[in-house]
Amino acid sequence: MNFRMILKISIKALNRNKVRSVLTMLGIIIGVGSLISMVSLGQGAQMQIQEAIAARGANLLYVRPGSRRTRGYHGGAGTINTLVPADAEAILAECPSVAMASPSVGVSAQVIFGNQNWSTRIEGFNQEFPEIRNWKVAQGTFFDETHLKTAARVAVLGQTVSDLLFPGMDPVGQTMRIRNLPFQVIGVLEKKGQSSWGRDNDDTVVVPYTTVQKKMLGGILNIQSIIISAISARATYTAELQITETLRQRHKLRVSQENDFQVRNLSEYAEAAAETNQTMTVLLACIAAVSLLVGGIGIMNIMLVAVTERTREIGIRMAIGARPEHIRVQFLVESILLCLFGGMLGVTLGVVGSFAISGLLGWPTLLSSSSIVLGVGFSAMIGIFFGYYPAHKASMLDPIDALRYE
Amino acid sequence: MTLGVYKTSVEIVTPESTTVGESGNREKEKSRSVRPVISLQNVKKDYSLGVETVHALRGITLDVLPGQFVAVMGASGSGKSTLLNLIGCLDRPSEGTYLLDGIDASHLSAAERADIRNQKIGFIFQSFNLLPRTSVWENVEAPMLYAGLPKDVRAERVRHALKTVGISEKAKALPNQLSGGQQQRVAVARALVNRPPLMLADEPTGNLDSVTAEEIMKFLQDLNVRRHITLVMVTHEADIAAYARRVIQMKDGLIQSDYMK
Repeated sequence: MNFRMILKISIKALNRNKVRSVLTMLGIIIGVGSLISMVSLGQGAQMQIQEAIAARGANLLYVRPGSRRTRGYHGGAGTINTLVPADAEAILAECPSVAMASPSVGVSAQVIFGNQNWSTRIEGFNQEFPEIRNWKVAQGTFFDETHLKTAARVAVLGQTVSDLLFPGMDPVGQTMRIRNLPFQVIGVLEKKGQSSWGRDNDDTVVVPYTTVQKKMLGGILNIQSIIISAISARATYTAELQITETLRQRHKLRVSQENDFQVRNLSEYAEAAAETNQTMTVLLACIAAVSLLVGGIGIMNIMLVAVTERTREIGIRMAIGARPEHIRVQFLVESILLCLFGGMLGVTLGVVGSFAISGLLGWPTLLSSSSIVLGVGFSAMIGIFFGYYPAHKASMLDPIDALRYE
Repeated sequence: MTLGVYKTSVEIVTPESTTVGESGNREKEKSRSVRPVISLQNVKKDYSLGVETVHALRGITLDVLPGQFVAVMGASGSGKSTLLNLIGCLDRPSEGTYLLDGIDASHLSAAERADIRNQKIGFIFQSFNLLPRTSVWENVEAPMLYAGLPKDVRAERVRHALKTVGISEKAKALPNQLSGGQQQRVAVARALVNRPPLMLADEPTGNLDSVTAEEIMKFLQDLNVRRHITLVMVTHEADIAAYARRVIQMKDGLIQSDYMK
């Protein structure tokens, strides 16, 4: 008895009870469908988080000044002005896990061009800013070291500022005024969109930090923060330790003294977010798996009914020479077929479902081939697992009893 | 009609010493020339129904030679069905030995018995027992699928068997579209396809009207005479048993009489 024959007999048996076969498959269809759409939803959310991390700049760390504590008074974060540009240089020089670092100092100001004006954030960085923040220049150029040394009045605009101040014209080469000082626009940054907490990233003007210090804040020496890029995402934690060590030495802090700065490892937040999301994905997948399990129990139930119903047929087949394994394989193939076919329909449902979720609800989804393979494979396994008992039961029937069964 | 008492198979066989059976301790061996298709030696079958044990067969010794047409008669509960099930390898004896076509079938596994049924035995049942919602052609083909015969051989044999039983034109019909007589013919065709040395019939005419019953019985008789197929038939009707040349009467799990026409 070859496999094609068994397959033929099984398909025929399933065809005889079309409605019942479809209803039985429904459990698997829904199970696999929800598994695939849930996983694609979870992976879509994860992708979104990863994109947000990448947008913020890969492997990003922040150093902010700590809080002042004098005779019982404890100021908020940033109340110490011990952070200086040399700290950034030292971090870059002494921490092997740090790839790039830039001092950062910002101020809010009114920017004016012609009859347009706009209040925005002026942010000072060094020439490494585009690389650290993973933020390319769309038009023109970024400022260089010469601009930094000379505290040049050059500005690179965010898209929002560019659109508002220079509607319908090329801002590069124009001169605008910031706090009544003329600045030459040398470039426009790419559109970045919203930050993860809803701020418009593009509503900014980037200038050399030295210019902010000297020309706008009356020649202060300290800076507000340092942005740092670690050599890799995995290196962010070691980078954090190295930065802490370097800064404690530079600021001559004794063991008993607390840090006068804070190192923020942004990938930690990202990791936490990704982990939360992963938990959600696993949870959703579990719920879907439970429905798949219920579908499998449905398969077993129907196969048991089929075995009872076809007891006489089994008896006849045994009488004319079917071995127990022939009967077992036949019923097993039937349940696997039910599950596989249900699984494939479920994949279709899952794909349609995840498109519907992203189309109607606007949630990001990511269909991966692995989840499809997993869905189909899982349903085949359910077919074997839940089909085995009924098939075994059928194969163990006594031919005499089976033939007598009415 | 004269009925002679038939004691052993030896008496009807012309004594020629050719093939000798494998069990050398039997005294009648010398006079045997033909190996029996069925050879039962003191076969017993017990069933346990809860605490009680039912002795369905209490010690049957029986040889059936090739080409014989045997009717087994007896009241219900006499053990005739149990005997047929044992002969058909649907069951195993509790005690004793059973040689089927020379093969010891007393201690075979379920799979081995399935192979024996497939190769050595053709079954005909009272209720026809065709596979439901399966065409005549596929019903007749089924035993050959389990035998693993190639497609062209199967097709040839199905065609031939259907022709033999005279329902070639119904090959595509489903069992429930056929009359009882036609269904039994399909069953006979199915029993023939693997060319077994033995055919077993369990009340083959029990569900048929008398005209059709006669038709089927004549057909079976014809198969026995022309093709030398060994036939063992269980029946409780004397006029059906009359088609057989040898009649065994059973009572309380024992052979009461064994007549040869």
